[in-house]
Parts: sequence; C-alpha cells; structure tokens
Amino acid sequence: MGGVATTAPVEVNQPDVEDVTVADVPWIVIVWNDPINLMSYVTFVLQKLFGYSKDKATALMLDVHQKGRAVVSSGTREEAEADVFRLHEHGLWATMEKDGVGGPGT
Amino acid sequence: MAFRRRVERKRDGSFTIRLGDDERRLLGSLPGQLAALVDAEPEDPWLQRLFPTAYPKDPEREQEWRLLMSVDLHDRRRRQLATLAETASATSLTEEQLHTWSQALNDLRLYLGTRLDLSEETTDEDFADEDDRDLFILYSWLGFLQEETIEALSRAL
Repeated sequence: MGGVATTAPVEVNQPDVEDVTVADVPWIVIVWNDPINLMSYVTFVLQKLFGYSKDKATALMLDVHQKGRAVVSSGTREEAEADVFRLHEHGLWATMEKDGVGGPGT
Repeated sequence: MAFRRRVERKRDGSFTIRLGDDERRLLGSLPGQLAALVDAEPEDPWLQRLFPTAYPKDPEREQEWRLLMSVDLHDRRRRQLATLAETASATSLTEEQLHTWSQALNDLRLYLGTRLDLSEETTDEDFADEDDRDLFILYSWLGFLQEETIEALSRAL
C-alpha cells in the first residue's frame, strides 16, 4: 500500500515536471563578431537596448570581439525575437537559438 | 592643438553638429542611394548584413521570421536613412535624431564594408582599384563620424 501511495503522485506529477523543464529552457540571443561594427557602437547599443552598465556592455563587446560571439540576452522565444529584431535594426549581427542546442554541452 | 568635436552634447541635452558643406551634402545624398538599393534589390549579397539571419540552424523558423519581420525591418531602415538625409544640414539635433543618425551611419558602413569585403586589418593600400579606394575613404569617414556620434551619445547614457 505504502508503495502505491508514493508512486501514484510521482506518476501524476511527472508530465508537469517535464512540461516545465521544456518550457524553462530559454532562448538565447547571440551577437557575432564582424569587422565592420565599431567596438564603441556595439557597447553603446548593448547599453541602450538592454540597460546594461558600461562595464557589462564593454565586457560583452570584448567577448564578441575576442571570442567571436557572446550571449547578450535570454528569455522566451518571443522575448528573444524582439531582442534580435532590435539588434538587427541597429545593424548588429544577432541570431537566436535554444540554450544548449549545438553547444559544447550537448 | 585644439580639436573641435563634430558632435557635441549641449547643456540642454541636444547636440551640436559641426560639419562642412561637402560633408552635409554627402549625408544628404548617401542615405537615399542606399534606400533605393534596398528597395530595388533586397536580396543583393552586398545588403546581407542589413538583413541578417535570425535562425541560422533552423530554415523553417528562419523563413517564418523573414515573412513576419522583413517588412518591418525594411520600413525601419528606410525611415532611419530618411531621417539622416532630412536632417543632414541641421546644426542641432535631438538625442533621438542623433541616435537615428548612428543607426543610419551604421547602415551605410555595413553596406560599404560588405561591398569592400573588409577585414579588421584592411587599409586603403589594399585597394588597387581607385573606385574602391574612394569607397574605403568614404567608409573611413563615416566610421570617424560614427565614433563622434557614439561618444556624444554615450555621455548622455
């Protein structure tokens, strides 16, 4: 009896837990390095669009410049699309993907 | 030696623009030329940096994205280029106008830089062709003006 009592709730809960996990995987917005955009401009745009401090925006810009890319924001698909649109509007080379897809961890 | 900034923030929050007549003529005409290209040949490979891919690993979503967003993005580009052309002779700009300048100047640089196939180490000596050398000088001047614009705007953040 005890066994039934403990497994039943688990079975009921399982689908919920899975749903939450899938929905919780955020979309990430990536800015890629390019030889045209000025470093000062990239920093400025990150400050302006995301409200990041000068230090944070500069660190992200340096990641883009030195490592070739940086994750600049994350959220739901809709939020990520809105961010990508605003970055494209400003001429930054931005793409989006599900966190972990194709990354070194998968 | 005194160096007068081309773009300077005033106490009231607006910005002084100091440019020569030739420079203003260029800013008055270049945006319209680029807007015409964007309208006529949006698929031109030289314009690809103006309309980047959002979903490089997902062709289906990318197509959806293009259908939904490309009209809006075209409109924004057209409007920001128009603002630069319309205010090219202004000696004073609002912060919003100057922000739009930074976007439109960047659009011009993205087009020219892609057309010239630039890398981070390119100098004007890399261009044997005189037309390309002229384009590179234009690109560099736009970059200089862009730097001044960003520096002035960053002070307002």
